[in-house]
Order: sequence, then C-alpha cells, then structure tokens
Amino acid sequence: MQYILLIYGDENAWEAVPPEERAKSMQEWFDYTQWLRDKGWYVAGDALHPTTRATTVRVRDGETLTTDGPFAETKEQLGGYYVVDTENLDDAIEAAARCPGARGGDMGGSMEIRPIVDFEAEGQPS
Amino acid sequence: MIRVLGDFDLAEDAVQEAFVQALQTWPKRGIPDNPGAWITTTARNRAIDRLRRDRTLREKTETLTRLAELERLGDDEADMSAIPDDRLRLIFTCCHPALAMDARVALTLKTLGGLTTAEVARAFLVAEPAMAQRLVRAKRKIRDTAIPYRVPPPELLPARLDGVLATLYLVFNEGYGSTSGPLVRTELCDEAIRLSRTVAELLPEEPEARGLLALMVLQHSRRDARTTPDGELVLLEDQDRARWDHDAIDEGLALLDAAIAGRRPGPYQLQAAIAALHARAPRAEDTDWPQIAALYGRLALITPSPVVALNRAVAVAMADGPARGLPLVEALADELDGYHLFHATRADFLRRLDRGEEAAEAYRRALELATNPSERAFLERRRAGTAAG
Repeated sequence: MQYILLIYGDENAWEAVPPEERAKSMQEWFDYTQWLRDKGWYVAGDALHPTTRATTVRVRDGETLTTDGPFAETKEQLGGYYVVDTENLDDAIEAAARCPGARGGDMGGSMEIRPIVDFEAEGQPS
Repeated sequence: MIRVLGDFDLAEDAVQEAFVQALQTWPKRGIPDNPGAWITTTARNRAIDRLRRDRTLREKTETLTRLAELERLGDDEADMSAIPDDRLRLIFTCCHPALAMDARVALTLKTLGGLTTAEVARAFLVAEPAMAQRLVRAKRKIRDTAIPYRVPPPELLPARLDGVLATLYLVFNEGYGSTSGPLVRTELCDEAIRLSRTVAELLPEEPEARGLLALMVLQHSRRDARTTPDGELVLLEDQDRARWDHDAIDEGLALLDAAIAGRRPGPYQLQAAIAALHARAPRAEDTDWPQIAALYGRLALITPSPVVALNRAVAVAMADGPARGLPLVEALADELDGYHLFHATRADFLRRLDRGEEAAEAYRRALELATNPSERAFLERRRAGTAAG
C-alpha cells in the first residue's frame, strides 16, 4: 500500500544551519533514502524549496488570484516528502520514524503519514 | 479471454485497456507482426494486474471483515471463549496507536466486550449517534490505512501495551458497575481478566500488566457480596466479607507482590495496592484508611483526575471525618457536575454531618444522573431516609 510521508519542520531553523553542518545533515538524508531503497519501500521523494519561494493560486468566481507565499502561515512548514510502498501502516510508521525529518531539536520535525487513494482499486475514498 | 478469466466485465475492460495502450505505443514503436496476439497478451496481463490489486484490497479489508464477524459473534456468550490468539490479535488491532484513545476503547468494548453501540455510548456519557460515528470512523481508519491485524512484533510490543491496559480496564469497569441491567456483568469482568492474564503472561517484564491483573482480580473477588439476593447494592463497608472470594484475594495479593518486585511503580499497581488494603481488612472498621488516602494522593500525582481526587476525598472522610472530606469534594463541583457518584458522595458526607435537607437534594441530583437500577434503588432509599429524618 502506498503512503505519502509529509515532512514538516521549522524551515527557518534549517536555513540557519551553517553550510558545513548542512553537508553532514544531507548525508543523513542520502543514507535514509538508500535505506528506503534497500527495503524496497522507496517510490519517490523530494525536498522542496522553502515557503519564501511559494506561490499560491486560488480561482474564485472565475477569477485567478495569485499571491506570494504559502497557502497559510504556519509554525512548521512542509519541507519535503517521500512516497513509500509498504505492507501495512506499522512499516510506514517505521519508515517515518527513521527519517531525519522526524526528529526534534531546532527543526522540530513531524512526519504526517497519509495513505494514498488508489482510485482503480477502491473506486472512491469514503 | 472470458473463458480464461471467467469474468465478462473484467475481460471487456482488459481488452479496452489493451486497445488504449496500442493506440499509445504503436505509433511510436510501429505495429507488431501479430497485432491480434499482441492485444490478447496485453489484455491478459492487464487483467492479471487488476486481479492482483483486488486481492490486495481484499487483504486490506480482511481486518474490517474480521471486526464485523467478531462483532456478530460477540453478542453470543458461548462464543466469548473463542481462540485466545484471535482475541489478542483483535485487541492489539483495536488499540493501535494510530487510533484516538476514545476510538480504541469504544472499538474494544464493541467487538470484544460484545456491547451494543448504545451501551458503549452510555459507558462514556456520549450520545449514541456520536458513538456510532466514532466506531465507523475507527473501522474506516483501520481499513484505509492498512493497520495490520496481528499481535505486534517483539520490538513494538511494550509500547503498545499502555493502550491495551487502559482499554481492558475500561472493559472491566463496564462489567463491574454496569450502566444497565444487573450491577455486575460477570462475563465482561471475566473477559477483561482473561485478556489481561494473557497479556501479563506475554509480557512478564512489565509490572503494570501484572498490576492491572491484580487490581481486577482483587476487585472481582468481592462480586458475591456486592448485591443482595434482590439485586440491591451493598456498600463495601456493609459487605459480608465471608462471601469474598478468598482464593482470588490470595492470587491478587501474590500478583501485586510480584509486580512491585519489578521496582517500576505505576497507576495500576497503586490502585491494586488500594484494593489490597481493603481485601486484607478482616472487618470494615479494620481498614487502613490513612494509608489508602496516602495512596490516592500518590495516584493523583501520576494520573491527576477529578475521579481520583473524589476517591481520595472519600478516603480522607473515612480517616478524618466527613467535615474534612466535604471541602475536597466540593472543590470538584465544576468538573464532576455530570457524574452521579460526585453527587452521591457529597450527599453521603452531608448525611453524616446531619445536614439532611441538603443531603436529600444531593441524592435527588444523583438520581437524575444514575442509570444503573441497583444504584438507583440504593440512592432512592438514602434519599427517602434523609428527607424523612
């Protein structure tokens, strides 16, 4: 079953990390991605540019409204995601717990796990 | 195709998809030598993929189906003694941390406790439609997120235990002081004890599992003394202690000692220690109330709750008199106004302080809220007694 792991954290804290430490941190992420691949769980994954690079689009009454920034200002922001394919939720939880994005510290990470709707198999979500 | 697959719809869909794929790939790669065979082979592969997906879906819905099956069986007492393994799998599934706590408890009571939705709703002071929604949402979450139907693997087991213990104790409490029907629903208490015993055996390194079992066994030991032959409630202080199950008391005390030896105190061990103090007293007047009050004080530090504070007030009143207990009770008025035992306790203290009119009013308030017939009969007798005197 496929799940998306949404990585939330304080992007300002990440921006504040000095470049040398960031390289070390990136290695942790590469190792984690490799661990997912070795498990046969990895489907996709990307880091996102911070919300300062976001653009929000809303269409209301046929009019397109474009604003600079994320859809809402939040204490923690979506920084990236993984899509994994695991047998059950416990494995997805294990994958999320292993991710560097789940840890606390300055970045105060949280991983939200959402099952992905399989329209072909289920028809529609209930 | 239909001959091979035995399903007309599936065959038709598969061929359709094969044509679509042909339209996409043939312009790029050229038409194959045998287009007909290509279509057939592609269609068959599509159909096989579809069947595989359907099987995965069936496996995902297996948990939901099991839940539904067990729900239907749950009402029949004979089926309560079904395979222990199955019940254990079910309880860990119902108590999965991805489910909200109130959902876990509700689901366990419904599927393992065999209660109706209405009974579960009353147990939690919640309206029945809200409880029905809670159950539906929980089952959907289990299905849609593929919560596995199993006892967790060893590395996950200790962490999953907390949720299970809390759930089992709530099941026991429903049987111990049932909201409808006879005061004691023995089959619920027996079920809670049976499951708790299995869990304690599975996790011998967890003192709280044994502590919970000790607590249940000790409380349940009083079952034959708690009601008169007419089904009326008998207070702890009035119970015929010869009718207590002394073998069960011995077992409970031994379990508690074993749990305490683990040197990791916790709320269930504390509550079991309180129950043990009652069990050890040969007569009501021999009860070590100061020690019980102290234990409730410790419990209030670990698991603060107005109900714990209420029980502590009762112990203080027994140790030091109702005048000392009354202010402790009245401090809980806002939080416990909807709880019949709050009003019953307050009424009892007022009665002992010879404030009859106020006591009668508090009993009346308790009667508005109490649903169990045995408890209501008792409260009515008390109310009549204070109103008359």
